[in-house]
Amino acid sequence: MASIILMIVGILGIGYGFISSPSTVEEAKAMVAADAHHGGAASHGEESHEATTTHHSEASEDAHHEASASHGDEAAEHASHDAHTLSKLQNRPWAAFLIAGFFFFMIALGALVFYAIQHVAQVGWSPVLFRVMEGISSYLFPGAVILYVFYVLTAGFHMNHLYIWMDPNVMAHDEILQLKSGYLNVPFFLIRSFIFLAGWVLYRHFVIKNSYAQDEAKDNTYYRKNFKLSVFFLLFFFVTESIMAWDWFMGLEPHWYSTLFAWYVFASMFVSAISVIAMITMYLKSKGVLEFVNDSHLHDLAKFMFGLSIFWTYLWFGQFMLIWYANIPEEVGYFITRIEHYNFIFFGMLLFNFVFPFLVLMNSDFKRVNWFVMIAGVSILVGHYMDIFQIVMPSTVGELWSFGIPEIGSILFFLGLFIFVVFGALAKTPSFLAKRNPFVEESKHFHY
Amino acid sequence: MASKVIQAIYNDDDVLMLAVKRVKEAHHHIEEIYTPFPVHGLDKAMGLAPTRLAITAFMYGCVGLTVAITMMNFIMIEDWPQNIGGKPSFSFIENMPAFVPIMFELTVFFAAHLMVITFYMRSRLWPFKKAENPDVRTTDDHFLMEVSLNDNEDELTRLLVDTGAVEVKVSEKH
Repeated sequence: MASIILMIVGILGIGYGFISSPSTVEEAKAMVAADAHHGGAASHGEESHEATTTHHSEASEDAHHEASASHGDEAAEHASHDAHTLSKLQNRPWAAFLIAGFFFFMIALGALVFYAIQHVAQVGWSPVLFRVMEGISSYLFPGAVILYVFYVLTAGFHMNHLYIWMDPNVMAHDEILQLKSGYLNVPFFLIRSFIFLAGWVLYRHFVIKNSYAQDEAKDNTYYRKNFKLSVFFLLFFFVTESIMAWDWFMGLEPHWYSTLFAWYVFASMFVSAISVIAMITMYLKSKGVLEFVNDSHLHDLAKFMFGLSIFWTYLWFGQFMLIWYANIPEEVGYFITRIEHYNFIFFGMLLFNFVFPFLVLMNSDFKRVNWFVMIAGVSILVGHYMDIFQIVMPSTVGELWSFGIPEIGSILFFLGLFIFVVFGALAKTPSFLAKRNPFVEESKHFHY
Repeated sequence: MASKVIQAIYNDDDVLMLAVKRVKEAHHHIEEIYTPFPVHGLDKAMGLAPTRLAITAFMYGCVGLTVAITMMNFIMIEDWPQNIGGKPSFSFIENMPAFVPIMFELTVFFAAHLMVITFYMRSRLWPFKKAENPDVRTTDDHFLMEVSLNDNEDELTRLLVDTGAVEVKVSEKH
């Protein structure tokens, strides 16, 4: 019920975001000017246009036009700057939608990958948690459909300017992008997205069918089938996940590249997913349906949360430090936008993603205390939302960002949908214990 | 005062674990257990106090981090600022990303080495020390449990044989 309310509020928020985004250049200029008059945003002007923007916001619109009309070149420059501002403001609700949509999608996907790893490793400790992971991964299908529709609207119908390489005018004047056009073109982009989304959804469909069938089976046939299926899924996943990270996120800034970017996105995905597994496990156990889950299972999940938080920080820092040190213009631009305009988010997320979970989850005994793991999980989720936010926003909305109704609405909508789908799936689960899994007895008695 | 101990030898760690639980239930005092490899959960079964080594590791790590920060600040900022890759050299915080690997390494270095040294000191181990284990087979494939004796030799022997000990003998405590 609460989830439906969240969804409705979320839809209203998203709708408001789209309606309130400017549709003409004049409106966009008015918005920027209004912001500048409030005081805070004066320094938010574009790097190259800093002086003119400040001037622009102080002078009245008419005076500005007269002044620029007298210099032909400057006027053209201003017009292009204004169009740019407009497209950035129009991008905002789309970007907010993408961030929240991907954030909840990656939780489902990460849970599925964790689940596949359990099958491939033939683990003894975790079969009691399988139904929780399967439940979380049930969001994969709706999440994938929404994202794909989003990308068809973005790439196929050019309804926004998130990906500048999709704009033929940009492509025509950009020699670097022309070299990449064999890869960065709309049909290929949509085909790639379709292939990997379909692959992940199909794997989920079959692995869960087998997992339920195994419950009633007399032998381990379905268990073996799932082992094989999961091996191939993981091979497929780690290739396609890289492509996904390049396409959906590195493609936002098509001139920039980082070789460990795909791993960086994966680390975010994985640690958020495992936090959600731990949180939902604790919730369901408190409702009394997972009586066979004990402290040691929670302890192991918390160890993963702890370790993967450090792993994420390692990748974040590895990417940042090398580029910071080398200071090559085409690489370092990525971080300059983030440090200048997103300073709090870019460095603040380290507190949520590293310092806090590191200190809270360091002690072995704390990993068994429900509310410690819970607050660490909340911190990790907030931090990784910030992470996705600072991947998408600076490249699409730039310095004109803020955190308001479109962002909160998107979060609420997807949170509501996520809760609705996941708990709907959990309610339909035939049995909360994967009872014919060959390792389920070992898992029940798992003791650290 | 337990000057005499009874030694029971087992050849399987699962049997040993069950034996430890039964001996504890019968309220006998286990002096020591010698095993060829660490047996998981044995410390808890024996009722040993949890190790405090982790706390020392955290403190050593903090020492290492502090050493690294002070050292880098003195060497690279205060004493002899160097222009490396055009980075600003007169501010610690602006140069910080370059120092993080050293901070990390020294944290790990201090924590690891000092923890090992602490462990040796706490276990009274040093080079050329004479081995303490009463039976050389405990370095190969046998497990030995030492239980203190209080004039209850027969009772204990029966209990230990019953728990699956392959050999039970009485010896002086060294």
